[in-house]
Amino acid sequence: MGIININKVTYEYIRRDEENNVEGITTAVDGVSLAVEPGEFIAILGHNGSGKSTLAKHINAILYPSEGSVVVDGMDTREDEKLLEIRQTAGMVFQNPDNQIIGQVVEEDVGFGPENMGVPTKEIWERVEESLKAVGMYEYRAFSPNKLSGGRKQRVSIASVIAMHPKCIILDEPTAMLDPQGRHEVIRAIRALNDVEKITMILITHYMEEVIYADRVFVMDRGKVAMSGTPKEIFSRVSELKELRLGVPQVTELAYELKRAGVPLPDGILSRKELTEALCRVFGK
Amino acid sequence: MLRDITIGQYYAADSVIHRLDPRTKLLATLAYLVSLFLFDFPGVYVLAAFFLALVVILSKVPFGYMVKGLKPVLFLLLFTVLMNMLFTKGEVLWSYWKITITKEGVMQAFYMAVRLILLILGSNVMTLTTTPTRLTNAIEAVMRPLKVIRVPVHEIAMMMSIALRFIPILLDETDKIMKAQQARGADFESGNFIQRARSMVPILVPLFISAFRRANDLAMAMEARCYHGGRGRTQMKPLRYALRDWLAYAVVLLYLAGMAVIGRRIFW
Amino acid sequence: MKLIADHLVYEYNRGTNQVVRALDDVSFVIHSGELLGLIGHTGSGKSTLVQHLNALLKPDSGSIYYDGADVFEKTYDRKTLRARVGLVFQYPEHQLFEETVFQEVCFGPHNMGLAQEQVDELAYEAIRRVGLPEEIADQSPFDLSGGQKRRVAIASVLAMKPEILVLDEPTAGLDPRGRDELLSMIVELRRKEGISVVLVSHSMEDVAEYVDRIIVMDKGRIRYDDTPKAVFAQYRALEEMGLAAPQVTYILQDLKAAGIDVNAEGTTLREAKETILAAYARLRGSGK
Repeated sequence: MGIININKVTYEYIRRDEENNVEGITTAVDGVSLAVEPGEFIAILGHNGSGKSTLAKHINAILYPSEGSVVVDGMDTREDEKLLEIRQTAGMVFQNPDNQIIGQVVEEDVGFGPENMGVPTKEIWERVEESLKAVGMYEYRAFSPNKLSGGRKQRVSIASVIAMHPKCIILDEPTAMLDPQGRHEVIRAIRALNDVEKITMILITHYMEEVIYADRVFVMDRGKVAMSGTPKEIFSRVSELKELRLGVPQVTELAYELKRAGVPLPDGILSRKELTEALCRVFGK
Repeated sequence: MLRDITIGQYYAADSVIHRLDPRTKLLATLAYLVSLFLFDFPGVYVLAAFFLALVVILSKVPFGYMVKGLKPVLFLLLFTVLMNMLFTKGEVLWSYWKITITKEGVMQAFYMAVRLILLILGSNVMTLTTTPTRLTNAIEAVMRPLKVIRVPVHEIAMMMSIALRFIPILLDETDKIMKAQQARGADFESGNFIQRARSMVPILVPLFISAFRRANDLAMAMEARCYHGGRGRTQMKPLRYALRDWLAYAVVLLYLAGMAVIGRRIFW
Repeated sequence: MKLIADHLVYEYNRGTNQVVRALDDVSFVIHSGELLGLIGHTGSGKSTLVQHLNALLKPDSGSIYYDGADVFEKTYDRKTLRARVGLVFQYPEHQLFEETVFQEVCFGPHNMGLAQEQVDELAYEAIRRVGLPEEIADQSPFDLSGGQKRRVAIASVLAMKPEILVLDEPTAGLDPRGRDELLSMIVELRRKEGISVVLVSHSMEDVAEYVDRIIVMDKGRIRYDDTPKAVFAQYRALEEMGLAAPQVTYILQDLKAAGIDVNAEGTTLREAKETILAAYARLRGSGK
């Protein structure tokens, strides 16, 4: 039994015009099934409007499926009395760094989750310290969030979730509003937490470079899972990805183009080092 | 620019006053403000001013910084003084056309000015030495008895603290939207009152949309972190009285007694 | 048309003990019809700089000359300047406020005091220029997709017929296809209409692909003002500023270091592909 089981989930909502008449029904998620094992690093890719964020919000019981079910660590998200436990087990980090920090000081924000859970004061302080250290933000604990860069704000948000001791963290486009350095910081923090703390990570993004570290990648399109596999498998299907409004990292694209032009290279090259080494072999260097 | 406005301007320093429990400061400030209006005899203001001066010195906040807080209310101050001077009846000191100034008016104006200045400085000491968060905590704690009559104390405090968190963000945003509209040729400075009011629409609409979007996001983020109101909630930074707080209460009581003695001796 | 920035200095928090020098003696020229890339780490002064170009911010010293006239002269018509130098802010869709797309796009030309027929004409033209269908004109901008909203916002600046279009990270938050489509649209505009474009970007790959010249800002100063090839050849110095070269440049450098005969100056995918394939052809030709 995986930590997260999404079983044939469909999510529909009714579109209404200004007079509240029904205009139609939009199916944002369409019969998606996927299971995540504890400790995995999963990436969900998709263009804007592909349904990836809607799916993510189901795992944290912010949205409920119209059909099918979502089970988090054995708890169905529809069980009302389990709501807090579900949200504590599967924490969530959102896109906008400014709109999810509640505290006026970094440490108070990290303490917010544990306060809601009724954790005793002394333990809150311990959790805040360990969480901020885990994302390398401990020295900023007394800062106002307004004085931090985007990447640091997102690391605080991750720490705030970790302080609730979740088994799984869902990150809904956490890097979409950041500059390259901020993106790098956040991805590094996510990878470290997955490696060291074995926290299951579900990363939703449209930046292709960020998914090469994932164990498995799901590509969503029009509410359905269009492709799934390891990053290598996914990135060897360059033309399919382009049809889904996505690109591939420049390295992968270069390798793909070279291969098409007749250079004998393996499929799904993901990193600069891999490509250089493969080319060196071709050239016998 | 807009971002220069600071709300609840906290002055970081390490002083006895800074270290006091925010509840102590809140209640003491309230007591002080009330004391300014309970007694009418001039002598009490000497004591009140002396007491305030002592607190200011202890707080280590520079006096100049303190006085800055008077600037925004200067207009109100002058207005009050003027009204009192012009519309108090009594022994005429000076008269010209329809304007009459009486002895009582001058006295009244003087007392009002002194009261207002002490009132503003007094509350400034509190905001300058207490972070907004701690102040919010204090308000929540002091209002807690009102829960009995179903006042949503926790919710009010949470709203205040979220407002404090988002005011700088929204001010920044206003600045950005204004500039973006100016880049599209908008003009906020010229024209008559109605034109100017209308020119605010391109700022206010995006600002409201943004505020709602933020509120929506924030509500979701809070729920995702198990927020479910004040029930069963623990506190990371609970308020605890120390010895210095009890001493502070004693000093405030002494001050109030002093005010009562001076005020009474003359009137009764 | 020519814009000259002459020794600009701008400081935040003047008169306090936390002065930040956002622009430190910045001088450069924007020529007619060129596509200029502006790159720099967050906080390097790029955003402050672009707000000087249309006189939204006034420098503490130095000035901007547009067609030879000092735009910070007392009598200079800065409102007209803002039509000539169109500035599109980051996430420009956040400034939309009108009931219909058409009205939204009319806002700029209307502010310039033009006659209604002229405004209408400019608005329809602008909607077309950003590649939106005309039927969209009567819809509410708030019902559109993110990418479409952004085009509406750009159209509302284009409707003022700027000679220079300045875009602060126009592709932020768009998905890869949306990003490519928007950048192609901008390149087309410049190619067809000859307007100058200043593109502020965090993506070195995009900058390498599209621009003629790059200005690199670091700590309020201009560190480089040169062609993409020349700038990205300094990739080590760029890294010290928190920037980087495009990925392909690194690969070509690595290959060259490994003794493969490639031209390591390439900065775009096409160039990298060509030089590697040429080397491969030589390898095959030599019969190894």
